[in-house]
Amino acid sequence: MTLGPDVAPGLDTDALLDDRDIRIVVCCGSGGVGKTTTAAALGVRAAERGRRAVVLTIDPARRLAQSMGIDRLDNVPRRVEDIDGANGGELHAMMLDMKRTFDETVEAHTDAARARAILENPFYQSLSAGFAGTQEYMAMEKLGQLRARDEWDLIIVDTPPSRSALDFLDAPKRLGSFLDGKFIRLLMAPAKIGGRAGMKFLNVGMSMMTGTLGKLLGGQFLQDVQTFVSAMDSMFGGFRTRADATYKLLQAPGTAFLVVATPERDALREAAYFVERLAAEQMPLAGLVLNRVHDSGASRLTAERALSAAENLEEGGIVDHTTGKAGLSDPVDPAGVSPEAVGTPLPPDGRDTPTASPDANETGHDQGETEDRSQEEPDDEDAAPASAAYSVEQLTAGLLRLHAERMQVVAREKRTRDCFTALHPEVAVTEVAALPGDVHDLTGLRAIGDRLAAGPASAPAGAA
Amino acid sequence: MSRFQVVSGKGGTGKTTVAAALALALAAEGKRTLLVEVEGRQGIAQLFESEALPYEERRIAVAPGGGEVHALAIDAERALLDYLQMFYKLGSAGRALKKLGAIDFATTIAPGVRDVLLTGKACEAVRRKDKKGRFVYDHVVMDAPPTGRITRFLNVNDEVAGLARIGPIHNQAQAVMRVLKSPETAVHLVTLLEEMPVQETADGIAELRAAELPVGRVIVNMVRPHLLDEEALLTVSGARRKEIAKTLTRAGVTGAAALVRPLVEQAAQHAQRVSLEREQRAVLAGLGLPTAELPLLGDGVDLSALHDLAAELRKQGAGEEVGS
Repeated sequence: MTLGPDVAPGLDTDALLDDRDIRIVVCCGSGGVGKTTTAAALGVRAAERGRRAVVLTIDPARRLAQSMGIDRLDNVPRRVEDIDGANGGELHAMMLDMKRTFDETVEAHTDAARARAILENPFYQSLSAGFAGTQEYMAMEKLGQLRARDEWDLIIVDTPPSRSALDFLDAPKRLGSFLDGKFIRLLMAPAKIGGRAGMKFLNVGMSMMTGTLGKLLGGQFLQDVQTFVSAMDSMFGGFRTRADATYKLLQAPGTAFLVVATPERDALREAAYFVERLAAEQMPLAGLVLNRVHDSGASRLTAERALSAAENLEEGGIVDHTTGKAGLSDPVDPAGVSPEAVGTPLPPDGRDTPTASPDANETGHDQGETEDRSQEEPDDEDAAPASAAYSVEQLTAGLLRLHAERMQVVAREKRTRDCFTALHPEVAVTEVAALPGDVHDLTGLRAIGDRLAAGPASAPAGAA
Repeated sequence: MSRFQVVSGKGGTGKTTVAAALALALAAEGKRTLLVEVEGRQGIAQLFESEALPYEERRIAVAPGGGEVHALAIDAERALLDYLQMFYKLGSAGRALKKLGAIDFATTIAPGVRDVLLTGKACEAVRRKDKKGRFVYDHVVMDAPPTGRITRFLNVNDEVAGLARIGPIHNQAQAVMRVLKSPETAVHLVTLLEEMPVQETADGIAELRAAELPVGRVIVNMVRPHLLDEEALLTVSGARRKEIAKTLTRAGVTGAAALVRPLVEQAAQHAQRVSLEREQRAVLAGLGLPTAELPLLGDGVDLSALHDLAAELRKQGAGEEVGS
């Protein structure tokens, strides 16, 4: 479809997936826009085009996960079967298990005794089980781990369904500012000096502070926190270094961000925010994936005209005129009576042959003339058995109303999209036409991949 | 009728819109409703076309019959400082804590504290009474975190009560939990008639029930009109297409022959969606909860559309159930 004056450049998805210098693709966007499906479809396509790819999903819908054979939450990349490896590629997929990732990080970076102390700490157990924020840290940690293993030449990452879609970008910084803060040193102080006995060496201000916190939180809680912080102390440096490294990795030329959205106001607003934020963070944006875009093969017929035609059929004399005859069901040779209306006979699949189109002599005729003429014509109901319930006028009016609804959706989506393009004309866009149902298998993911690669001109077949 | 109505739903299902419409619906006939937002997205302000909400309860809409909707964007940091001031007269210590980064720690890093503050503030508004002992708000409606996180979000106080085993935070957490698990509260889940949101709704309900949190109703949003039923569409084949082309021409459509195929294709997609929607309705019916349905609004949601949705919710009796 055409996009008006601000036509965004097309996003060449295949070029992106084929670029061996691209090692990480991050799919981000607000909730419910199809991020995970997009990531999975990109993974399948990349693998079948010859990349050794791994998809890191955060919280996939069950059936999507099953479609890739990763319904087990074991935090390990699993090879996806039935990928066409003819081009030498393969696909692995995994689902992030926050707690496990956290546990493994602790175990990998500290000695066994200390690791156990941390893992058994009640504060740690709550923290790792998935409070706001943990998912973001752990997604970054896992991404860093996958990249460090260097077993894959392309990592495709889905991002967590955060409060704000940008939380995962902030995670390393937030962790950093916390670790640099005075507060953590304060929390660590008593334990460092020698457990509870150390409390008495604190200066007055500090003991007032911990006293206040103790009062608020209960002494046990504070002690749990202090034990946790001091046990983690040795790890924090490494944590921070890795978080910083992952952040830098995201800024590197080998990374490409894809912002995913649907052509709806909220999703595109979030997408615009994202685009601006990525620019501010100097993170490389490859483009916008616009999911669930509607189009119509009959876009020549406007919503207004479709509705007025439907009304003609439902309310005008036409319906009365014809329904009166519908019961008679006397077959008349359709080709003989109305060349204008019937035009070229349609083959059974309905594909029209525009060569003999009757349009030509109609252009410029007003509706009234057409209507007048058609009313003179005899009805040619062919008495198909099913037509007993629905007259052809009812059916046709229904088709017209459906079309009008579709055209309104198309127009609304275009307006929303134009707003985005006006704000960010530089962002390359690919559109994925809306599917009637959800994706459950590799075939479905391949179909999405095809649409992703077809770019913004992916109008459905049959466009008039 | 539950006084605390929590609205959750999968991302993209329109839970903020539904929460706002519910707040308007509940404010009808002279009632006062507080609509709270907890995710710092300023979704309410955008919806009501007002400027960003401060951390302050202010009137944002008037409902039919003189009712009022007030709104509040709860900010965890401010809520924590409020608490310190309110309960412990720790205004200055609060500032000192902030300087040290303790407030940051508490509201962003410390497990659950943020969620405790958010639910705590909402429950405070639910329980708040004026000098005459009447509730300040007849209802509090929360635009809550999405379905995937809602149980954990509401249940966080249980967890915190376990972590902080004594002291004011422990007591506070328990008090909040008493409100949340009582019939005073109803948690509604917004969904679309699509597979993923419906599946997530079913999972969410199971989690809420396991945590003994009161589930209210399922609100099906953005329901499209069924313009043509499948039986009718099944008849659109072969010879019928010729008739349709003729009928289109009679109705004043030019170039009808070329339009039949795409129109019928669109109808087939519609039929497929109708049949998928029917399956999803059956899944929702199996959940054994009252439901409400809101129509898809062609041109997006503005203020007048919000009032229409509120009227629709009232008509369907949403908000009247007690938690089950």
